[in-house]
Amino acid sequence: MLHRLIAPIRTVAMIAGLIAVMAAAQTLFAQTAPAADAHHEVLIKNAVVMTATHGNIENGSVYIKDGKIAAVGKDVSAPASATVIDAGGKYLTPGIIDSHSHIAMDNDVNEATSPVTPQMMMIDAFDYQDKQIYHGLAGGVTTSLLLHGSANMIGGQAVVIKHKYGAARDAMLFPGAPRSIKFASGENPKRVYGSRDQLPSTRMGNFAVQREALVQAQDYMREWDAYDAKVKKGDKDASPPKHDLKMDALSDVLRGKVMVQIHCYRADEMLTEIAMAKEFGYKLRAFHHALEAYKVADQLAAAGVGIATFSDWWGYKQEAWDAIPWNAVLAMRKGVKVAIKSDSEDFARRLNQEAAKTMRYGGATEEEALKMITLNAAWIIGVEDRVGSIDLGKDADLVIWDGYPLSSYGVPNKVFIDGDVYFDRSLPGFGMPHYKEGM
Amino acid sequence: MVSAKVVRRSSLAGLVSCLLSLCVVASAQQKPVVLRGGKLLTVSHGTIENGVVVIENGKIAAVGAASSVNIPKDARVIDVTGMTVYPGLIDSETQLGLTEISEEDSTNDLVETSEEIMPHMHVYDAFHLESALIPVTRLNGVTNAIVAPANRDTLPGQDSFVQLAGKSAEDALLVRDVAMPLNFSGEQRRNGSWQTRKFPSTRMGLAAQLRQAFLDAQDYERRWAEYDKKKADYEKTKNDAAKPADKEKKKDPPSPPKRDLKLEALLPYLQGKKTVVLAAEEANDLQTAVGLAREFNLKFVLNHISHSQSVLDYVASLKVPVIVGPIYEDPKPEERFDAVYSLPAQLSKRGVKIAFASFDAHNSRNLPYQAGFATAFGLSYDEALKAITLNAAEIWGVADKLGSLDVGKTANVVVANGDPLDMKTDVKQVFIDGQEIPMSSRQTRLRDQYSGQ
Repeated sequence: MLHRLIAPIRTVAMIAGLIAVMAAAQTLFAQTAPAADAHHEVLIKNAVVMTATHGNIENGSVYIKDGKIAAVGKDVSAPASATVIDAGGKYLTPGIIDSHSHIAMDNDVNEATSPVTPQMMMIDAFDYQDKQIYHGLAGGVTTSLLLHGSANMIGGQAVVIKHKYGAARDAMLFPGAPRSIKFASGENPKRVYGSRDQLPSTRMGNFAVQREALVQAQDYMREWDAYDAKVKKGDKDASPPKHDLKMDALSDVLRGKVMVQIHCYRADEMLTEIAMAKEFGYKLRAFHHALEAYKVADQLAAAGVGIATFSDWWGYKQEAWDAIPWNAVLAMRKGVKVAIKSDSEDFARRLNQEAAKTMRYGGATEEEALKMITLNAAWIIGVEDRVGSIDLGKDADLVIWDGYPLSSYGVPNKVFIDGDVYFDRSLPGFGMPHYKEGM
Repeated sequence: MVSAKVVRRSSLAGLVSCLLSLCVVASAQQKPVVLRGGKLLTVSHGTIENGVVVIENGKIAAVGAASSVNIPKDARVIDVTGMTVYPGLIDSETQLGLTEISEEDSTNDLVETSEEIMPHMHVYDAFHLESALIPVTRLNGVTNAIVAPANRDTLPGQDSFVQLAGKSAEDALLVRDVAMPLNFSGEQRRNGSWQTRKFPSTRMGLAAQLRQAFLDAQDYERRWAEYDKKKADYEKTKNDAAKPADKEKKKDPPSPPKRDLKLEALLPYLQGKKTVVLAAEEANDLQTAVGLAREFNLKFVLNHISHSQSVLDYVASLKVPVIVGPIYEDPKPEERFDAVYSLPAQLSKRGVKIAFASFDAHNSRNLPYQAGFATAFGLSYDEALKAITLNAAEIWGVADKLGSLDVGKTANVVVANGDPLDMKTDVKQVFIDGQEIPMSSRQTRLRDQYSGQ
């Protein structure tokens, strides 16, 4: 997994056309919703519906219309034209959401040539044909936040995907998902740049680099504000400052237009990051990894910062030495919004099992455990109004499970995204109705 | 327990709290311990509901239904009603005791990469029983493990079979040099950049080097045999030289060949006295490795074979056990999502004896969940449990002492509040050599420190 954090670095030549490409990418990201598929109506019946928000419904049904959840309950009426899927008493959960992933990036995870690269857009590297998307899908994952790596103090901007493997690239983008940017701290940046005898090689260096970039962005914003004010006053001779993609991106951070997701292990660094966010006036969404969150959970809760953490992964580096498997539940009990994430193509295939461990380590309830890979993960990505629970009006991203999902034995039987079956374990071959070999 | 007052018929909770309050575990003159009322997963002879296990002098003295087992008069009886009792789990490949923090080189003694052929590296020389990873691991019921060097070399050294408790590493190393890995997955090639590339940088190189090493060892064995013969002849001649007529025939004694630790280490394997753990992932590598092993008449078990689904009948025809997985290995792009998950079931179905391994150190504690997960892809529950207990004990030659709840075996016993293969289950007490292991680790101490306990 560590090799994912610091993925092999590929130097990307900055080409002249980059600006045009970036502009196009940003347009895509702001996201014109793809043309709606011609969704048929579906009634899933005879399931144990695990809603993630309002308990379980034994012998429950979910009615799907136009890709959305149109009814949930014990007695659900659906038109005779609806396709009926009898779940045969199996468990039905919301689609799993992975709030920290680097899949489908073909090793383009880290633009590790400068510690500040907020202008990197992960969508430009998104390899929608990568089978890792399928592997996650077969593990019940329907939405993933694909983040820049942690080589840089300020990395690039994330892309949010739905695991509609077999669909066209743009159909896989989560429509209207908010923008996230990846920051990092601790060992990775200092190792990457320190090993080249460059700044930063210490935690002092790390934070100095971050602070410096934010100060530059403040200056840049002032220049533009001054220009805008002149234009507003009718000054026709006002000449605009030079556009700088890097500074544009950071200005958006400082204006609160981009959610900040920070790779951070140690408790002291989380507190420093909270203080810096306060100093510069931007909002932190979540600490990622956050293996020492249990030491400062009160402060995280007070700052309204969530965590996307591992269940029991530890000891792979010095800053993961104090990791304990009770971290997620201890932080949750203090009021921190907690998600369990993969950060690995392997864990992405069995996040249900990772969440189940929180029931053992600290005694999370079934619904609390489920939320850590559904609704709370959706909150970290900023799509909690759209996905993450089985509630009216939400996207019909659902999983029917063979076995109890929060155990060693849970395996997705069928995975629905926007009401369509994208994975069906009972089918031969890859088990994907929308996928054709060689596409 | 050395506490003066012997807790009779104490509850398990009482026992655990006693342990947390630092009741020191003592070995001498212990009273028998009886675990009464639990569901016993014996592994060797089925499940016993409402069973009793008697532990005496570090061994299992009795196992059976509550109605059939006599409880010794002076025993300390622990009520484990509602609990599941099973033998300590065996992880068939780990790097426990060879690493502390993966990224920190000073804490690692994983593999000697200066050369490819290093059979004279013995993990017992590095095994660190005081590792913080060991209490973390045994708290989940893993009591024994194979410790192997990392697989960067084709012949990285020799494994030890360890117990995850003991007064010293000396005690914990139950079987030194129990087996020797032979890794042939392509990972061992020295094929970095053109600048750093060195021999062997191809599979041809790996195979040629292995073959030469085994030939050298055979040659070495022959030279010693010749020497032994010459020496015997010389001794005979010397004795005969007592006769005056032979005096002029007196010669200097033969000089022995120079000892070579590397070649010497290979001999027990060439002689078929010890097991080679043959690791490959894909069908082509598997067949090359098996070919090599046969060429030199090695006794072997297979390791990994994660992407050899196309030749499982061939694997079964070899009639050797397979250390399978890890089943979390990513499938190849051309494989179905469950190609590796289903491997244990596919092998078991063909009558192959399997064992699971974590192939890890920090995550060895998750060994049982891998076995559980394999049942979701067709492996029988009993076989899954065997694959982390009795099968492993048989493969490593310790089934007379470990792997099941049977009279006379070492009392490595786990008490948990449910299904051992499910991650929701909490292990309540672990016994190793009949000793109650303190249920604490660096991690529980951090938990308690920061949660105000």
